[in-house]
Amino acid sequence: MSTPEPGADLRELDCRGRLCPLPVIDLARALPEVAVGDVVGVVADDAAARVDVPAWCRMRGQEYLGEDAADDGVPRYLVRRLT
Amino acid sequence: MAVVTNAAPVDLDAASGEPLHPAASEVLAAAHERGWGDPRRLHRAGRDARLLLDNAREVVAGALGVRRDEVSFTSSGTEAVHRGLLGLLEGRADGRDATLLSAVEHSAVGHAADWWARRSGVPGAVVPVDRHGRVSPDDVVDLVAPGTGVVALQAANHEVGTVQPVAEVAARLDGRVPLFVDACAAAGRRALPRGWDAAAASAHKWGGPPGVGVLLVRKGARWASPFPGDDRVDERTSGFENVPAALAAAAALQAVVTERDEVATRQHALVARLREGVTVIPDVDVVGDPDDRLPHLVTFSFLYVDGEALVHELERHGFGVASGSACTSSTFEPSHVLAAMGALTHGNARVSLHRDTGADDVERLLAVLPGVVADLRARVGM
Repeated sequence: MSTPEPGADLRELDCRGRLCPLPVIDLARALPEVAVGDVVGVVADDAAARVDVPAWCRMRGQEYLGEDAADDGVPRYLVRRLT
Repeated sequence: MAVVTNAAPVDLDAASGEPLHPAASEVLAAAHERGWGDPRRLHRAGRDARLLLDNAREVVAGALGVRRDEVSFTSSGTEAVHRGLLGLLEGRADGRDATLLSAVEHSAVGHAADWWARRSGVPGAVVPVDRHGRVSPDDVVDLVAPGTGVVALQAANHEVGTVQPVAEVAARLDGRVPLFVDACAAAGRRALPRGWDAAAASAHKWGGPPGVGVLLVRKGARWASPFPGDDRVDERTSGFENVPAALAAAAALQAVVTERDEVATRQHALVARLREGVTVIPDVDVVGDPDDRLPHLVTFSFLYVDGEALVHELERHGFGVASGSACTSSTFEPSHVLAAMGALTHGNARVSLHRDTGADDVERLLAVLPGVVADLRARVGM
């Protein structure tokens, strides 16, 4: 597991307050707007996102990099677009 | 648009509850006539009740392949789990208080371990599982610490069906730490695995009446009641024995074990058909071991689908199924089983077959599912 380089292009996706499956739907919609190789950070307080973002990456062939936190402490799930 | 059928509703949630097995209904009525007395009393009604209770114990012992004196009846599978797990801890004289559970145990096991941890002040530990939801015996042995007082490993998982390597874990533990086996999902459907010190089962899951659990304590195991005692027939339990229900539970178990080879073979093939059939739907996660599993159940999750909406839509099409998605739970937490496996938790449905579920029911479900999933995805623009 690798974390993105400091200063790397990271687009944050605000899914605060959105319940499952909405954060994963937001992620699927946002991915085409991200360049291949870039990272998107899904900021979600919904408990299911912790499991469903990595599961989505596995099913859709994208790379799950791990979890950190947004500036306000809300969990942020990092996904690198591979395809 | 999916086509809504007008067929009679089909319950596909046998893992939550089975209707009474015909063998149990007959026995239940007769046992209410003869088994209402207090089995501790020496008069006629008491002797009759005691005879039926002993008979129930004997039948359950025979069906599960255990000793008669290892069988106790409790008021639920949950109570049997609590008494089984906690009794092994209570029976220890060496102060080893920590629990070690697989990550996919039923919440009844988890709640009992949490309760014990709060009282003892000793936190428990958890054994991770693989993608199919199975522990590795190496992991179990590696995670046994000097303070570990009991290991809990289910016979098979209640949500995804995966069978656990109970006998191998027991052999590796070799009696150093007692083993509790929750057999609630598997009892009657598969032979009871060997190697437990205490085990639990639940009658309503095999077609017995609700309100009957079976606690097994191996002869010679160090077990002591974790709860207040009672002056009843069986020192491992408390409260007035529900003799008619215990006898009906025993009759159902005997019938289920007798017909097991035929029913399990048929159900295993129907579930294999379901597992294969749902894969025509894009972006589906079919979870659990495809082969080494309970015969009658399967769990799958559809990307971008709301689990609660899926349950309601299938109900509208005449199918009753369970879901492990967060939106369908009282706590709004996703299923800890699916989470531990890394399986998709939203859009989740668990389908479990009754003994009379037929290939036509399965085909009808497979026929409506693609339209239902496509509709639900279309609602959210996917």
